[in-house]
Amino acid sequence: MRMDVDVLVIGGGPVGCTVARFAALGGTHTLIVEKRSEIGSPVRCGEGIAPDIFDEIGITKDSRWVRNTVDGARFISPAGHMWVIEGEAVSEEVGLVIDRDKFDQVMALHALDEGAKLMLRTHIEELIVDGGKVTGARGKYMGQDIEIAAKVVIAADGYESVLAGQVGIDTRLESKDVETCLQYTLGGVVNQDRYCDFYFGNSVVPGGYIWIFPKSASEVNVGLGLLLSKVEKKGAVKEYLDGFIKDHPVLSKGSAISMVAGGVSVSMPIKTTVADGFIVVGDAARMVDPLSGGGLANGMLAAKIAGEVAAKAVKSGNVSAETLAEYDTSWRKRLEEKMYRNYLTKELLLKQSDETVDKVIETLGNTKMENVGTFEIIQAIAEKHPDVVKEIEKFFI
Amino acid sequence: MKVDMELCLRCGACVGTCNDTAIRLYESGIVFHMDICVRCGSCMLVCPVGAISEEVGV
Repeated sequence: MRMDVDVLVIGGGPVGCTVARFAALGGTHTLIVEKRSEIGSPVRCGEGIAPDIFDEIGITKDSRWVRNTVDGARFISPAGHMWVIEGEAVSEEVGLVIDRDKFDQVMALHALDEGAKLMLRTHIEELIVDGGKVTGARGKYMGQDIEIAAKVVIAADGYESVLAGQVGIDTRLESKDVETCLQYTLGGVVNQDRYCDFYFGNSVVPGGYIWIFPKSASEVNVGLGLLLSKVEKKGAVKEYLDGFIKDHPVLSKGSAISMVAGGVSVSMPIKTTVADGFIVVGDAARMVDPLSGGGLANGMLAAKIAGEVAAKAVKSGNVSAETLAEYDTSWRKRLEEKMYRNYLTKELLLKQSDETVDKVIETLGNTKMENVGTFEIIQAIAEKHPDVVKEIEKFFI
Repeated sequence: MKVDMELCLRCGACVGTCNDTAIRLYESGIVFHMDICVRCGSCMLVCPVGAISEEVGV
């Protein structure tokens, strides 16, 4: 089978669908291809999201995917010290708990509403490259060979992306920049409060954290990310998570209604995200926030830019890397500085002993902050434990 | 390398972690290209459920 489109988006996740929405909105003939047989499933996500990016990417809160509004977040140290963030300050990091499968489907519907097309069960195996320029992609649709010609190809193929490498874009990761994750949706748990909990400490989760996000009064999303460079034996992630749940007074009463795994990058983004006729975006471009491990916000913000730039390039008849570089420059301007600061913070956190994590969480728990921003947090820590933040302080002030 | 398909959750963590693109996800399943594989072992450790092991005798 052969097809011909203006913009081909590989990957039907929320990033791919957002690219497609804006590319279609820009008047191009846009096709999304997705290898799975259903958008949004299986969910690979903690399902917590901050609504503050919604305006910028033109979506509104929607009862189809909002499950719960949280009252706050709690950070729990190995010794059990707790730092609670509540009220106004919350929306910056975690504000809503969502049904991520429904969310993804609605993002796809938005793209279709703007005129984009979607093909499921379409597995792209390679880019078509002609004299260094990407001119399409080929793979299988329902087991049959398919070749799709496109003016711009957009790789939104997630963590397991292999397409960018085919045009010499380096997406390789070091093991210190990879989190291996496992997550359950647990039912049958009595969880009356609406806080997102984060457990830290090298003895609890080496180089990562455990999250518990409330989906309803009896259902939570609980998961764990472990830094690959700290994993010493296979299957460690499942052992840590199962051990944590077994010892937890509330979670141990529940059972999983779903179990999902995945890899997450906690690196700096890749050096270049464009080539002739080609754009990389989202997890595939390693845009995940290196501190939180969240990929949705950064990916969708960049997706909007990718869709707009791709449409403009198609309209102008010039899809060279130089033209598409507007995307590269714009998303970096929007996201890269924060990613860099959060990367440094991640690296700093990794070096801390459990005793230091205890001290810091205790201090933060006892500090009154008007606004909880990175700057205020660093300042509060610097007052009591200047040594801890000494090396990164200058990047925040 | 071999995958225990009864444990595998098809999450793709091994595919994204392999820096030599020796692991590819095809419609038919996960395939290890042993001619490319450098036996670094990252895939075994990144697999959240421990489904990947070294094939004895290879």
